[in-house]
Parts: sequence; structure tokens; C-alpha cells
Amino acid sequence: MKSKFIPLILILIFLITFVIFFKGLKNSNIYAPDTNLKKEVPSFELKSFENDSIVISEKIFKDKDYYFMNIWASWCIPCKEEHKFLMELKKDDRIELIGFNYKDNFTNASSFLKDLGNPYDIIVSDKDGTTSIEWGAYGVPESFLVYQNKIIKRFIGPINNEDLLEIQKIIK
Amino acid sequence: MKFIHIFLIVAIILNFNFLKADEIKTENKITKNLRCLICQGQSVYDSDSEFAISLKIVIKNKIQQGLSEEQIYSFLKMKYGEWILYDPVFSRNTYFLWLLPILIFLAGGAIIIKRFYKKK
Repeated sequence: MKSKFIPLILILIFLITFVIFFKGLKNSNIYAPDTNLKKEVPSFELKSFENDSIVISEKIFKDKDYYFMNIWASWCIPCKEEHKFLMELKKDDRIELIGFNYKDNFTNASSFLKDLGNPYDIIVSDKDGTTSIEWGAYGVPESFLVYQNKIIKRFIGPINNEDLLEIQKIIK
Repeated sequence: MKFIHIFLIVAIILNFNFLKADEIKTENKITKNLRCLICQGQSVYDSDSEFAISLKIVIKNKIQQGLSEEQIYSFLKMKYGEWILYDPVFSRNTYFLWLLPILIFLAGGAIIIKRFYKKK
């Protein structure tokens, strides 16, 4: 009796382990963070992109309901891809675009905007990338949709036409 | 006058020496336990990605502001989720992970003891 049970239990344990690992094989091991957030906008103090004046977050996220905070850099190739969508989004009056110029130099960033157009209402420069960390950002490009001082959605990587349509639908 | 000069130089050197060895140690310890989210096989300590470089600065600043290791971890967990920590915290999701080795150890021990007494 006893000797019959032991092989059965062993086979069962083996099967369960096999199923767990087999299922685990198919899971993506690239971590994808939560993109639907309900977090307060982190407060920050950064230098303005155009001049050396200090810009504080409380003054930026004040007048409108919706803000689109976009982290960009002239050295980032995917930023060029998403630029046309930002220019499209700029046409909408209900949303204000805030640019976070990430670890960039002024000359390159200015010529980037000169060539492709400037979609931003306000640009601040995050020279060492520390404020982007406070926002929970990974790198460039990355964007956050802010509604009434709360981050409601985050876009990792360049935004595309679908994202643009989604944003336009949200702010309607 | 000369004495004052020497005194000042010594004071400056001492201050440089004071370069907060402890803080560097803590900083390294923390960054070694953080996963670089851009190059996910590496720790933040090992990585040279823009993300990791910025994160190292943030941690350095937080240590200088007097935040404890735990506070820094919880700050990062809030921003990036628990995935950023190499050492997972004991929580509802990780009970199994932490307790399984102990359970296996106990079960194995029980089998060995049982056999041992049986032989006797």
C-alpha cells in the first residue's frame, strides 16, 4: 500500500513543478511597470530651458486641468519619431505641454526644436536626470498625462498615433 | 601667519579625509541591491546607463539629506515598484518564495530523522 503511494506522490509533485515552470517560461521577463497611476505630481525646482530662471512645479501645474509632461532630449532618436504627434497634440487648447529636457546641451536641443518645431508651452531642463527619477521615469522618451495635479497615465517610450488618439479621447 | 596657513591646510585636508566613507559604503550597498530597469540583468551599481547614473546621484543626495537605508528603499519602491529591489520584501506575494526553502528543509530533515530511527 505504502509503496504504491510514494511513486504516485512523486509523479504528482514532478507534474506540478513541470506545469509551474512551463507556464513561467512563457511569461515575459522584461518588467513592464504600471502605466495607469493615480499619483500626485512630485514637486520640483528646475532651471528654465531658455534662461537661468528657476521654475517651480506648483507654478506650472496650475491653470489647466490637463498637462502632458514629456521627457525628451536631442540625442534621443525615438524622440524624433514621436515629435510629430506632440506637434499634433499642441493644437489642442485643453492641454498644455511641458517639456523636460533630459541631460542635454542647450545648442543641440535648440536646433532640434528649430528643425522639428516647438510643441512645448514650458520647457525645463533636467541636467542630471534626478527630477525625472522623482517622477518615476525610466529614460527618454517618456510622458505623463496629468489631470488636476495627479498623474493619470504614463507612456513609456515614444508615443504613437494610438496614444495620441487615446489622449485626445481622455481630454475631450 | 605661517602657523595659520599650516593650520588651514591641515584643517582642509582633514575635511577632505572626512569624505564620508560610511556614506559611500551605504550608497554602494544600496545600489548593489537595486535592479537597473534599463538593462535588467545588471544592478544599478554595475550599470552605466543614464537611468543608473541619475539614480546613483539621487541616492547620494538622499543619504546626505539623512535618509536611512529603509527610507530610501521605500521611496524607490513607491516610484518604481518592488521589482527594483533585488532582495524581495516579505509580503503576501512573497510568502511562498521565502517559506518554501524552510519547508523543504524541514521535510527533508523529518525524512532523515525518521529513517535514522527506523534503522535503530
